[in-house]
Amino acid sequence: MQALFGQLLLGLINGSFYALLSLGLSIIFGLLNIVNFAHGALYMSGAMVAWLLLQHVGLGYWPALLVAPAIVALVGVVIERTMLRRLYQLDNLYGLLLTFGLTLIIEGIFHEQYGNSGNPYPVPDLLKGGVRLPFMYLPQYRAWVVVVAMIVCFGCWLVIERTKLGSYLRAGTENPKLVQAFGINVPLMFTITYGFGVALAAFAGVMAAPIYQVSPGMGSSLIMVVFAVVVIGGMGSILGSILTGVGLGVIEGLTRYFYAPASSVVIFVIMALVLLVRPAGLFGRQR
Amino acid sequence: MNEVLRAGASVGWPPGRVRLAFGLMIVLGLFLPFFVYPVFIMNVLCMALFASAFNLLLGYTGLLSFGHAAFLGGAGYLCGQAVKVWGLTPELGILLGVLLSAGLGWIIGGLAIRRSGIYFAMITLGLAQVVYFLAVQMPFTGGDDGLQGVPRGKLLGLVPLEGRYTMYYFVYAIFLLGFFVVYRTIHSPFGHVLRSIRENEPRALSLGYDVDRYKLVAFVLSAALSGLAGATKALVFQSETLTDVHWHMSGEVVLMTLLGGMGTVMGPSVGALIVLVLQNYLSGFGSWVTVITGVVFVVGVLAFRRGFVGEAVALAKKFPF
Repeated sequence: MQALFGQLLLGLINGSFYALLSLGLSIIFGLLNIVNFAHGALYMSGAMVAWLLLQHVGLGYWPALLVAPAIVALVGVVIERTMLRRLYQLDNLYGLLLTFGLTLIIEGIFHEQYGNSGNPYPVPDLLKGGVRLPFMYLPQYRAWVVVVAMIVCFGCWLVIERTKLGSYLRAGTENPKLVQAFGINVPLMFTITYGFGVALAAFAGVMAAPIYQVSPGMGSSLIMVVFAVVVIGGMGSILGSILTGVGLGVIEGLTRYFYAPASSVVIFVIMALVLLVRPAGLFGRQR
Repeated sequence: MNEVLRAGASVGWPPGRVRLAFGLMIVLGLFLPFFVYPVFIMNVLCMALFASAFNLLLGYTGLLSFGHAAFLGGAGYLCGQAVKVWGLTPELGILLGVLLSAGLGWIIGGLAIRRSGIYFAMITLGLAQVVYFLAVQMPFTGGDDGLQGVPRGKLLGLVPLEGRYTMYYFVYAIFLLGFFVVYRTIHSPFGHVLRSIRENEPRALSLGYDVDRYKLVAFVLSAALSGLAGATKALVFQSETLTDVHWHMSGEVVLMTLLGGMGTVMGPSVGALIVLVLQNYLSGFGSWVTVITGVVFVVGVLAFRRGFVGEAVALAKKFPF
């Protein structure tokens, strides 16, 4: 019983990261029409930057939660301004290829500098320890990750669906030229959107640092699962991608409990099944 | 994308001159192993065939597969196992590998063509990842060590392939065969339908072509030829490792095709040569190879989308000779 709930919790945590990352991917894809392959590498950068800040500057978890995403977002802004911007007129396959190249660069540099081994990142003092529930032991940090991820996800959903800023974003997704004609600075909006999506990925990376080992390879296996999540959920709906992410994380956790060897492929198998039954994805529109 | 691809079409040479050029290249290939290290050229030939097969999809059908490593590596593992453990002759091992890749291509392609564009790429990536995990977990693949000590065996049970030159001519024949299949496909009515799908899928559909069927056949053909390349490669190196099924390999074949010129007949082979020469020179630099590959990728996408052959064709059009 202990083990089952343990896996369930781990699944919920993985699912929170899937949700955070697929949310960022969806936002970027919605406006920029670019699938950001580098999302996983930027998530890893968030974790690595937090770890480096701790090692070399002595900056702890709490400030890193803001500083690391800010640094990575800055990199994202530079990427958007200097490279992605040149591809908006082209087939969106080129965006995927460009960000794939960026993934190789980012991962290669970290790999060269810090090797392939995982580095432990300490849990912040405030969240050390855990609560003994009747059916399982709940480490405080893990509960914190799930709660914060949910708050951030629903916060994003609220901002996009219910605020003026979000309405610009949604309008830009539908028709950027018309939005520009109304006097809104669309190129700036593109930059900010990419920066924000990237910051979200890096934020997830910092959150993940105390749970998983911080290593240059942590992003690439994740991004493929997130792609599958996106195929299953469809990128059209924000709430859909959040639900799909968390749900699939839980399913993966359950698989790990019942038949561990299948846990690494279960999400891809579900993707195949969804494609057979509902080719457009669970929440997507066929396009 | 279409504009770039169109520029990569033929230079407009008369057929006689095209035949002469191909003939010269084929003769050149016969003498190459006396000047260059044969194993290196064999590797180039395998990867050139792999990239040409991939180009059939990306360049001529407009489908970006990000999972072609599954076909390369899958066929390599099966061929290696068949020759080493089951004691089959090399040509039967290769045949088995090709059949496996075609089957995998049928499954992966059949699922992926249900979505288009960017989703197609993500689906192929995910399903190829399943093949990768299978390769990691199955006992016979040897996990991280890979499948080692594969004998090259005797062709048809008669001709031993252990010698460097016999093996080279065997690989060269396979490359020419595969390349010829790609060439014939591109220039057949079937290939023209593929191109029409690339240019305008709804219109091809409205003209009465069963677009999904054409896409699937193209995918299976591309997968089978990638398998041919992978199985041959396993015999060349006498081993098969996880590198060949890893998603980096799927990206590498995209890079080769992009760099050489997608939608051109010779482009992928030129791209394979460039990438392998580059990797050969950089092999002492560890992870910097990955970084430099990434930089080449980025520069290629930003400023060099026609690739070497595409640019050469554009030049030849400007200054006809």
